[in-house]
Amino acid sequence: MIPFEYRTPKNIKEVHQELKQFGTEAKLVAGGTALVIMMKQRLVRPSCLVSLRSVRGLSGIAQKDGGLKIGGLTTHREVETSSLVRRQNPLLAETYRRVATIRVRNMATVGGGLAHADPNQDPPPTLIALGASVKATSANGSRLVPLDGFFTDYYETVLKPDEVITEIFVPRLPPDSGGAFLKFLPRTADDYATVSAAAVLTLDKARKTFTEVRIALGSVGTTPIRAREAEAILRGQPVKAEALREAAEKAKQLVDPVSDFRGSAAYKREMAGVFVRRALEAALNSLPKKSKAKPSRKPLKRRRK
Amino acid sequence: MEKKIRMRVNGKKVEVEVPTSRLLIDCLRYDLGLTGTKEGCSVGVCGACTVLMDGEMVSSCLALAVFADGHEITTVEGLAKNGELHPVQKSFIQYGGFQCGICTPGQVVAAKALLDEVPKPNEEQIKEWMMGNLCRCTGYYKIIESIRKAHQFVK
Repeated sequence: MIPFEYRTPKNIKEVHQELKQFGTEAKLVAGGTALVIMMKQRLVRPSCLVSLRSVRGLSGIAQKDGGLKIGGLTTHREVETSSLVRRQNPLLAETYRRVATIRVRNMATVGGGLAHADPNQDPPPTLIALGASVKATSANGSRLVPLDGFFTDYYETVLKPDEVITEIFVPRLPPDSGGAFLKFLPRTADDYATVSAAAVLTLDKARKTFTEVRIALGSVGTTPIRAREAEAILRGQPVKAEALREAAEKAKQLVDPVSDFRGSAAYKREMAGVFVRRALEAALNSLPKKSKAKPSRKPLKRRRK
Repeated sequence: MEKKIRMRVNGKKVEVEVPTSRLLIDCLRYDLGLTGTKEGCSVGVCGACTVLMDGEMVSSCLALAVFADGHEITTVEGLAKNGELHPVQKSFIQYGGFQCGICTPGQVVAAKALLDEVPKPNEEQIKEWMMGNLCRCTGYYKIIESIRKAHQFVK
């Protein structure tokens, strides 16, 4: 690694001052799990690291407008194990649980992961399918950026050099909604996915028709890919296996994978279809059971023989 | 560019001046002489360099030494107390939890962190927790057994 300045601002105002002083020469660091590797490999050579590690008030999970507000410095492990997240949005907890290993999840932060913008990561497809946004803060104020549209290329986002991800907002899903994230791992359990797919859907009250569907895929392009045309096939349609197959078939046309040691481009495209179908099926299965229309007169008691 | 860091390593206060680019593993091994922690893959996958920061396991090959400023680090050297091995270490010896030994410091430190959280883990919990600690001898059955039975050595 080449030598660099190391700054440890204590609050967000000081972070902005450091970023102003060092400009594009500076890199923000939080958990460091991605950046330190890139610096070791000399892919990134900042002359200054501005550490967010001592900045107060950037971590933690709370409810906001019925959804979840997650501080940018919150670790993956905190999201995974938070009882609030597990209760309110089990899909989110489960997705963070699929990232690498506990050791990495103890270090890697939610905001850092999104800013890193590797298209092979697990959380982005789920967050896009959930309709999540990030709050980007600079000295001039903050703006809310939907994650759908946040990623622009390999390791590139719409963030400006002076912006910091201070918060992630995940809205609450309407009733009769379900979701799933599936990760295809032919090599090892802690690997990046060969293909990953997230599906979040909402049905009508009778649970006969799709009212809303969002599908996003990872590892099949330069950014996470939202499969809008596949969603359109399902929206407003009756819940039938044939429709799921049709949407999965469409998703295959929307991805642009490259061949690598995790599979050929053709194989990944094929698997994108398979995993979109399975994610839709799993999302349907995750819907909470409806309470019966007629309550039984007596509470059921288990009879023992 | 140098930076002075203060941390507590295995219970002892340490003050050391390091280049900002110093990795935590190199600081432990070369600046402090704690060579128990090993470096394997250098990219946070193999788990050989596992140490605890404030009780949570981290890859010391991915952490800069400056990250540890103001924190508490536990390495394999810090597990034994008053000359007596930690229950996990006794169990690894009793049940043959290692072969060549290169992954053992990381395995033992990771297992200690697990037992701190779950005193009697079942096999599934052990597998999920230890997923990031690779053994090149593939001695996984004995490692799992050693961790599962470590509670026997707790007084």
